[in-house]
Amino acid sequence: MVAPETVGAQSLLPAPFRVASVRRETHDTWTLALEPEDGAELPAFAPGQFAMLYAFGAGEVPISVSAIGDGTLVHTIRSVGAVTGRLCALREGDTIGVRGPYGTAWPLATAAGRDVVVVAGGIGLAPLRPVVHELVAHPERYGRVTILYGGRTPDELLYRDELSVWGAHVTVDAAGPDWRGRVGLVTKLLPVIAGDPAGAIAMMCGPDVMMHFTALALTDRGFAPDAVWVSLERSMKCAVGHCGHCQLGPLFVCKDGPVVRHDAVAALTAVREL
Amino acid sequence: MQTIAELLTDVPALAALSPEHRDTIAGCARNRVFRDGEEVMRAGEPADTFHVIREGAVALETFVPQGGPVIVETLHDGELLGWSWLVPPYRVAFDCRAVGTTHTFEFDGACLRGKCDADPALGYDLLKLVAGVMLERLQGTRLRLLDVYGRTTGGRA
Amino acid sequence: MAYVARVEARVLDVDGLDALIAALRDRGWEVVGPTVRSQSIVYDAVASVGDLPRGWGDEQEGGAFRLVRRDDGALFGHNVGHDSLKRFLFPPRVPVWHATAGGPVERTEEQPRYAFLGVRSCDLHAVAIQDRVFMGDRYVEPDYAARREDAFFVAVNCGQAGGTCFCVSMGTGPRAESGYDLALTELIDDRGHRFLVEVGSERGADVLAALPSGMAGEVDVAMAREASDNAAASMGRELDTTDIRDLLMGNLAHARWDDVAERCLSCTNCTLVCPTCFCHTVEDRTDLAGQEAERERVWDSCFSLDHSYIHGGSVRGSGRSRYRQWMTHKLATWIDQFGTSGCVGCGRCITWCPVAIDITEEAAAIRATDMRHADDR
Repeated sequence: MVAPETVGAQSLLPAPFRVASVRRETHDTWTLALEPEDGAELPAFAPGQFAMLYAFGAGEVPISVSAIGDGTLVHTIRSVGAVTGRLCALREGDTIGVRGPYGTAWPLATAAGRDVVVVAGGIGLAPLRPVVHELVAHPERYGRVTILYGGRTPDELLYRDELSVWGAHVTVDAAGPDWRGRVGLVTKLLPVIAGDPAGAIAMMCGPDVMMHFTALALTDRGFAPDAVWVSLERSMKCAVGHCGHCQLGPLFVCKDGPVVRHDAVAALTAVREL
Repeated sequence: MQTIAELLTDVPALAALSPEHRDTIAGCARNRVFRDGEEVMRAGEPADTFHVIREGAVALETFVPQGGPVIVETLHDGELLGWSWLVPPYRVAFDCRAVGTTHTFEFDGACLRGKCDADPALGYDLLKLVAGVMLERLQGTRLRLLDVYGRTTGGRA
Repeated sequence: MAYVARVEARVLDVDGLDALIAALRDRGWEVVGPTVRSQSIVYDAVASVGDLPRGWGDEQEGGAFRLVRRDDGALFGHNVGHDSLKRFLFPPRVPVWHATAGGPVERTEEQPRYAFLGVRSCDLHAVAIQDRVFMGDRYVEPDYAARREDAFFVAVNCGQAGGTCFCVSMGTGPRAESGYDLALTELIDDRGHRFLVEVGSERGADVLAALPSGMAGEVDVAMAREASDNAAASMGRELDTTDIRDLLMGNLAHARWDDVAERCLSCTNCTLVCPTCFCHTVEDRTDLAGQEAERERVWDSCFSLDHSYIHGGSVRGSGRSRYRQWMTHKLATWIDQFGTSGCVGCGRCITWCPVAIDITEEAAAIRATDMRHADDR
């Protein structure tokens, strides 16, 4: 009999966590900070990894960690279905089930000493935020850092109070007349990237269409094919490579991803409905 | 003090033009400055000018009844604003206003149309240049049409 | 670790087989073996030889299965039915955990110890394949591991091939080579109805030692070999596995996928009967008061739209893409993931497909018009 641990990747049991704080980001997106109940140890998540978050009686969803540190796990969740709807309705003090960390992490070690470009689209900024925090907190470890972020409208931008602190370049698909920022596709931001792209590294997350065209634009600009990293998304039920749902060709996105090198999956993501 | 012709050599959007053609269009250009919020072009008016933004930003806006004004695109340093001067009926499509103090090179489109008719080589060069801008803007617009950040992730029933 | 038989082959008669069943039961195993039910061969509890399908064989073809009478009274004269050991080691529905306000607790139901009798070589390979899926990587599936831990395997070497069998092509039979505790080959002639017994493990040797077995003569050993050769020579299907991984992954846009999509009903029969298919989902439910919750692990199929659903829609919306997923996973990407093919050549997917789609025919059709060799357009 395999003994379960209280929380950890080996276990299939969600561990009870307490919602420490809730912040509403947009009309359909909330950020929850979670801390373990019973003084249990916080599992160590790396940027890019995800947890399976459990809403009592409703189900589980895979959500990337959107901030790490200060004793809490932070996840930004968009309400798009039955389970995420329940998670987004949680309030401070409520209990939530957590298991993880799962999956591969953003290649920060590989980025050391190099120019780094972060390109995020929509909710895709959430899995990249821990990377941005690291880049902004330790600029001495990296070369030039450029943060590019595309959202739907100004109201749907995440982490608005942080964007200017990061020096992020932001654009939206459409805006009302009071918006004084950019309106246009996120790829239009690429010209702000300074320096020689040949040695730079790019990390991207967003809708598939956005990542596809941004990857093309990055390589057109001179980024090396093996220097572009993406975070994939697939249906996940178990998060441990057993249920078969998250497959993309031979890859199990839950354990071979979600963070992968773009050129390693480009041939797979190019096939429709694979 | 640099001439407009000299300043135009630094504009990436015009880099494809030959020096001769760049000098030609410089002859139809003048400097403009727009205050924050000032109208650069108005929807419906004759399209006789186009701009290259030197510094600042211009918002292209339309009005959706019951929705209000919507900015459909913003253009920034070095970008070309306006191509309706090239295509009949030569009518401006969107309201364009400056966001922040904005400096542009304004080109006399009507004058340039005449020069292009007289010198097809110039016309071909300008058309290629504008076609490139249109391609980028159209692809960008089509992709935004998918509304990938929306709840349906871009699919359409 | 490969077991090197230090015990020579023996012979059991039918009474000896009864004694084997009893001996396994006495040692605490629940004996499960083939039985006739629902006009097919179904694995069920077997108390004695009387429960086995004496005198039954089967005729199988694409989309067709029927039991037929044999005149020799053979106990294992049939091939595989729709059922497989998957139903016991990886059941269709198992509880995972149960939760109250105090948090979730793993469901610790007592796991039965099964002794499987009459397991064909293809199905032994299927168990080994699922072992790799559920226990061979970073994470171990606890329910599977628990059920698997003490399982005892009495293999049966097929004396004839089924109408849709192709274990020879897949290198998974017809003789059981490993993964069993004991392996039987049924021999029926005027010298009697008996079984050659080969030992495949230490505990298999222990169990056999307690049974009234006789020495196996050269004739018996030869007859057993001949039975296997007969099975090997009468395979119902063939599948050319040369370069099959690259063949299929290089033909993802092949027109054949459209062709099969017009026939495939997405009924999921193939994934249900396949002994290696492992896709599953979880169902979370709560009582009316919302005080208690539970999770169950439930069989799933890549043919369902739900299988690839993420917010906004299913990644594999078309039937074409789902059939392609099943077949390319089974024959191609499984190799990348687990080091072997996912197919054991049992033929069940062919037999039990209501429209007789044949995986070997589909693979051959793609191979015949391999797009990788098409002229550049």
